[in-house]
Amino acid sequence: MIGEDDVRHVARLARLHLEQDEVGRMTGELARILAHIDKMSELDISAVPPTAHVLDVVGVTRSDRVEPGLSREEALRNAPAVVDDCFRVPKMG
Amino acid sequence: MVDTMRLTAREAKKLLVDGEVSSAELTKAYLDRIATVEDRVHAYILVTADNAAKYSTKVDREMQAMRGPLAGLPIAVKDNMVTEGVTTTCASRILHNYMPVYTATAVRRLWDDHVVMLGKTNLDEFAMGSSTENSGFAVTRNPWDLGTVPGGSSGGSAAAVAAGEALWALGSDTGGSIRQPAALCGVVGMKPTYGLVSRYGLVAFASSLDQIGPLTRSVHDCALLLRHIVGKDPRDATSVVAPAPIELPSAERLDGLRVGIPREYLAAGIEPGVRARFEEAVALIEELGGRCVEVSLPHTEYALPAYYIIAPAEASANLARFDGVRYGYRAADADDVVTMYERTRGEGFGPEVKRRIMIGTYALSAGYYEAYYGRAQRVRTLVRRDFTDVFGEVDLVASPTSPTVAFPVGARAADPLAMYVSDVCTIPANLAGLPALSIPCGLSDGLPVGFQFVGPAFSENRVLDAAHALEAAIGFTATPSLGGAEAALSQSGGAEAASPTGDAASAPPEGTAS
Repeated sequence: MIGEDDVRHVARLARLHLEQDEVGRMTGELARILAHIDKMSELDISAVPPTAHVLDVVGVTRSDRVEPGLSREEALRNAPAVVDDCFRVPKMG
Repeated sequence: MVDTMRLTAREAKKLLVDGEVSSAELTKAYLDRIATVEDRVHAYILVTADNAAKYSTKVDREMQAMRGPLAGLPIAVKDNMVTEGVTTTCASRILHNYMPVYTATAVRRLWDDHVVMLGKTNLDEFAMGSSTENSGFAVTRNPWDLGTVPGGSSGGSAAAVAAGEALWALGSDTGGSIRQPAALCGVVGMKPTYGLVSRYGLVAFASSLDQIGPLTRSVHDCALLLRHIVGKDPRDATSVVAPAPIELPSAERLDGLRVGIPREYLAAGIEPGVRARFEEAVALIEELGGRCVEVSLPHTEYALPAYYIIAPAEASANLARFDGVRYGYRAADADDVVTMYERTRGEGFGPEVKRRIMIGTYALSAGYYEAYYGRAQRVRTLVRRDFTDVFGEVDLVASPTSPTVAFPVGARAADPLAMYVSDVCTIPANLAGLPALSIPCGLSDGLPVGFQFVGPAFSENRVLDAAHALEAAIGFTATPSLGGAEAALSQSGGAEAASPTGDAASAPPEGTAS
C-alpha cells in the first residue's frame, strides 16, 4: 500500500514539488488507482512476451547525413533566461 | 450563404470550385460563427483570425499557383501540434508562452496544400483527460448541452466542428481522445493505424500510443483529410509507408462484410440509451447485407489497467523535458537548479498531469518496474492477440464508442477512476495500434451516441467504406442548439482565461500570411 513517504520519494524522483495537502490527496488517489491496476495480477503472464512495438518494424535507420538543424538563435528563442548565447540556470545545489 | 452548422468539406470544395464562394468568404463565415458563439463554447485556445483572413484572401488571389484538393478550406488544429510562429500551449500553464520554431509534419502537409488555419483548439492539459475540464485555461462546453462536457482530450476540436466553428479539425488520440469527444459531440472522428501519420511536432504524451487524426462532419471528409496527412516522415522513425493510398469511400452496401460484436464491451456499464442506438445500428448493418456475430476479446477488462501504467510511464519520461530551462514557464527566485526544476513543474502542471507523472514514475522506479510496466506490456501482448484471433473470423469489430453520452461538467472531475472508465471501449485499439473510427448513430435524451468500428492494421479503407455505408443508412442530420446555457454561464471561466497569450495573433505562421 502506497503511503505519504512513498509519494514524497516518487515526487523527488520526478522533480515535482508537491504541497503538503497535495501529498495527502495524491496518496489516497494513487492508492485507489493502483488497486485498480493490480487487477493485472490475476493473469498468468509468465509465458507472454512483452510488446516492444505494435507493428512488425525493426531496425529503422536513416542515412548518416548532416541535415540543417535549428540555429542557435532559434534554439534560445523560448528560453526563460539566456546568458552569453547559452541557457542560464541557477547554480547547482 | 454558408451554413457552417451543416456544410461538409466536400460541399465547401464544390462551392469554391464552382466560384459560388471564395476562400475569404468561407473563412469569414467560420470566423463570424466563432465570434458569435465562442464565449459560450470555449472551443479554441487561440483564434488566428487575422492570419486566416489574410491567407484566405491570398489563396483567392493566387488561385492558379495555390490550387489543390484542399486549397482554401479552413481548419482548426488541436493545440498540442506545434505551429511555427503561433503559440502552442498544450492547454498547460507550463507552455503558456511557447512559440514554436518549427511545425508538426501533419500540419505542415496541410499548410503546403494551402489549407487556412482558423486557430488552435482546447484540450485536456497535455491531452490527459476525457472531458477537456483539465485544460489550464478554460472548460470547453458541449454544443448539444452547454452544461455537459464535450469529451476529451480533443474536446475543443470536436466542439468546434459540432458548433459550426470549424469545417473540420485535427485531433490526437492516445486512448480515445479523438473518438470519445467525436461521439459525445455528434461528429466523425478517426484514429489511424499507429505509424500512418507522422507524430513529428505532436507534443508527446505516450509515444507508443499517440496518433493524429481527423474530426469531421462526414466519413467522406474524414477520408479526404486523412489522405492528405498520412505518409512516412524521416523525422518520425515510427512512421510507415501506407500499404495502400487512402481512398474516398463510396460503398452503399455491406454485402458479405463480417462484423464482430465483442460481448465484453457490452457486458457492463453501457447506458441503456447508448445500447439501444448501438443495437439499431447493428440492425442496419444486417439490412445493408453485413453479418453481425458475437465475438470475444477476453482480455478487454485488463486493457484499462495496462493502459493506465503504459501511458503514464511514457508520459513521465516525455514530460521530463519541461524543466524551466529551454522553454515555457520558470518558477521565480529558486536558489539552486533542482529547486527550480521542482517548483517550475509543481507550479506549471495541473492536478491530472501531476497524477500521471507520479503513477508513471512510481511504475518505472526501482523494485516496481517488472510488477507494473513489465506486466502491462505483457498484458498488451494479450490484448493484441485477442484482436489478431478475432480478425481471423471477422472483418471489423463494432461497439459503442463511449459507454455513456456527455456527462455534466464537474460530474467526474473529483474522481480520476470514474473519468478513466470513459475510455474503456476506445483504449484497446490504441494498445493494439489499430485503426478505429466513431460515427454518430443517433441521440439518447437529446445527446449524441457514437458507434465505433475497429479494423486490422492498415485497413483504413475497409473501415471508412463500412462507416460510409452505415452513415448513409443511419441518416444522422440533427444539429446542436447550444442550449443549456444557464449552467454554462454561471460556471464559465470567462474569455480572458481562454487567452493565455496576447502576442500570438499578430505573429503570422510561416507559409500562411506573407
